[in-house]
Amino acid sequence: MAESNESKPVQLIDDESISQKHSSPMGDALRQFRHNKASVVAFFVILFFLFMALTAGIWTQVGLLDHARGYRATHTINPTGWEGVDAWPDPGHCARDNLDRDEQWCAYLSPEEQLRFSDKCGRPDLTEEDLEQRQWCYLLGGDSQGKDWLSQTVYGSQVSLAVAVTGSTVSLIVGIIYGVISGYYGGRLDNVMMRFVDFLYGIPGLVIIILMQVYFREISREYSDSEGIVGFVVGLDKSMGGLFFLFIAIGLLSWIGMARLARGQVLSYREKEFVEAARAVGASDRRIIFVHLLPNVIGPLLVAETLAIPGYIFTEAFLSFIGLGVQPGVPSWGEMISRIRQQGGLFSNRHIVLVPSIALVALTLAFNFFGDGLRDALDPRLRGKV
Amino acid sequence: MTTAIHTEQTSPDVAGVDKHSGKDVLLKVRGLRKHFPIKSGFIFSREVAAVKAVDGLNFDIYRGETLGLVGESGCGKSTTGRTILQLHRATEGLVEYEGVELTTLKGNKLREMRREMQIIFQDPYASLNPRMTVQRIVAEPLLVHGIGDSKSREKRVADLLELVGLNPYFADRYPHEFSGGQRQRIGIARALALDPSFIVCDEPISALDVSIQAQVVNLLEQLQADLGLTYLFIAHDLSMVRHICDRVAVMYLGKIVELAESEELYTNPLHPYTQALLSAVPVPDPNVEDSRQRIILKGDLPSPANPPVGCNFNTRCPVAVDVCHELEPDLIEILPEHWVACHRVT
Ligand SMILES: Nc1ncnc2c1ncn2[C@@H]1O[C@H](COP(=O)(O)OP(=O)(O)OP(=O)(O)O)[C@@H](O)[C@H]1O
Ligand SMILES: [Mg+2]
Repeated sequence: MAESNESKPVQLIDDESISQKHSSPMGDALRQFRHNKASVVAFFVILFFLFMALTAGIWTQVGLLDHARGYRATHTINPTGWEGVDAWPDPGHCARDNLDRDEQWCAYLSPEEQLRFSDKCGRPDLTEEDLEQRQWCYLLGGDSQGKDWLSQTVYGSQVSLAVAVTGSTVSLIVGIIYGVISGYYGGRLDNVMMRFVDFLYGIPGLVIIILMQVYFREISREYSDSEGIVGFVVGLDKSMGGLFFLFIAIGLLSWIGMARLARGQVLSYREKEFVEAARAVGASDRRIIFVHLLPNVIGPLLVAETLAIPGYIFTEAFLSFIGLGVQPGVPSWGEMISRIRQQGGLFSNRHIVLVPSIALVALTLAFNFFGDGLRDALDPRLRGKV
Repeated sequence: MTTAIHTEQTSPDVAGVDKHSGKDVLLKVRGLRKHFPIKSGFIFSREVAAVKAVDGLNFDIYRGETLGLVGESGCGKSTTGRTILQLHRATEGLVEYEGVELTTLKGNKLREMRREMQIIFQDPYASLNPRMTVQRIVAEPLLVHGIGDSKSREKRVADLLELVGLNPYFADRYPHEFSGGQRQRIGIARALALDPSFIVCDEPISALDVSIQAQVVNLLEQLQADLGLTYLFIAHDLSMVRHICDRVAVMYLGKIVELAESEELYTNPLHPYTQALLSAVPVPDPNVEDSRQRIILKGDLPSPANPPVGCNFNTRCPVAVDVCHELEPDLIEILPEHWVACHRVT
């Protein structure tokens, strides 16, 4: 390291040309993103859905949402001796039948022989004053079984977001690993791997997904009580309300486009001179992939994945709508719409159809706008031109 | 004295003194070929042809000199540089660095050799990772070779940046904040990080503004003087290398057609291709410039996948005769230290 002392440094070149303001690729992207109002709004819409999905249980307890089990599951009143619902014959019943109508309540005698009321939502153990104060109970009404519709919509967002998260995670992980290996190592391996992807790309995905779900349903029925790995998987799926098989069906084909894209990105960077420079100093393949390739290729891949998320959400909604998605009783937006349709409420209760539909559209649009903003922010061609 | 260098003649002298010239040979290239296969087929592709990017090179690089490598675009200059550095593995032939044969080296041995040999690239934009700070870029060679801790690396990076005329204050900036010339200096600092003795400069100034070119050339020359570096200086036009290089090799379609000391090559070009290239270089003296006869080569550069039989320059050569279409000429030392591959030069 002696040379720096021996040689007089060449005259330092003009520093003024380097701006004093520090800018990093990430910082620039963030600044660019903030300029795009629509995608900022979209970002907060997604955050809002995420927040509601994660905190649904809290709202239920607070009473803003009433998660649909009527008083069945959530309300145990009067700990002394009143274990549950089944001991209450009348009030629940009368409430349920009259939900869509005007103010309706039931009066009954509590075990202590006190006069109690249940409101139109079926909430029991109210006093007369309670009933008067309560102008509403369900924010957006209930379904024909007396379940809070808003609550179901919020719980439905859990399903949509779970599908979005798993679909994109599987797609990113599998797709990137597959594409990077194929693109980086190239040669015959690349050739074989890409022909396989071409083959998968050629088959109609939705048909495969539907067939797969039909098959899974069959397995669930067949092996519902069996032991072993199949029994375990079926049990797991059941405990997840059918989501496990949905994840598999959606994840199984989701990575194909990602693999192609990742490979293309890697190919375009593999021969770049900075990669060659790393090779020239003896950097390992691992270092080249993780330090030089991935940070450069990840941007467009994330954008593509964000724009693919609405597809996963729609697929789940569609499958649940035709009865091949979540298990009955698990609220999902597609399943809710289908339920209204079956009960003939499509025309009589328009606002009720609109609730899950609007949620569906809002969330998918939000992902689209967010993806657009992300693309503009990460696209180096639109940036760095001083 | 006329001696042809053939692959077989690779003398076993170790890192030693070249027999003809008494000069200290740092790098010896013998019969070097690099062919890129052209493949075709659906899944199990076969090699149907090959791009003969480098097709049989023989030359030495002396310690401390600058050897220029000049030729048209696509003649295989970059491929030569990269094959010497083992960034491409040679199809055939030998590359000996201080007596160590590189083309068969692998793993850690090769990694160790990489400390000795570095490269500076043409495109100052593509040669720096846009996601890394200057600090990380310049420190990467040290990190890869496990040299020092992060403190001492930081110090070393600061020294290197100063050495190439950059203010170490900007080490935490990203490449896009620098100008082309400044980026090229960052690339030079990275190449110097491991204290190499040999550097391939792949058209390091072609992409820069003319005013910046001189600065970078001066920097390279000063570094050579201070650090005792040896350069393989690649350029695509002869005028650029005249005052940088001690010797110049002229390449055509994967082969060296003429190799001589700079002044000798400029004043006494023997190969018709060199003559044509030189005739295109403007001369500062107006009297000479007026009488300068441009030799216009007919035709295009043939495809390196399918070079002509015989002398590969025969399709464009103004003086080609029958033998040129049949026999490939050897690179022969026509005059002392002046090598030419041409049947018409004797
Ligand atoms: N990785 C590669 N795969 C296939 N062919 C290649 C590859 N690299 C170079 N070639 C081919 O080899 C030949 C020589 O290329 P090379 O880059 O060495 O030329 P060059 O003399 O450096 O040209 P330039 O002045 O444009 O940089 C060209 O025909 C090129 O297309
Ligand atoms: Mg080149």
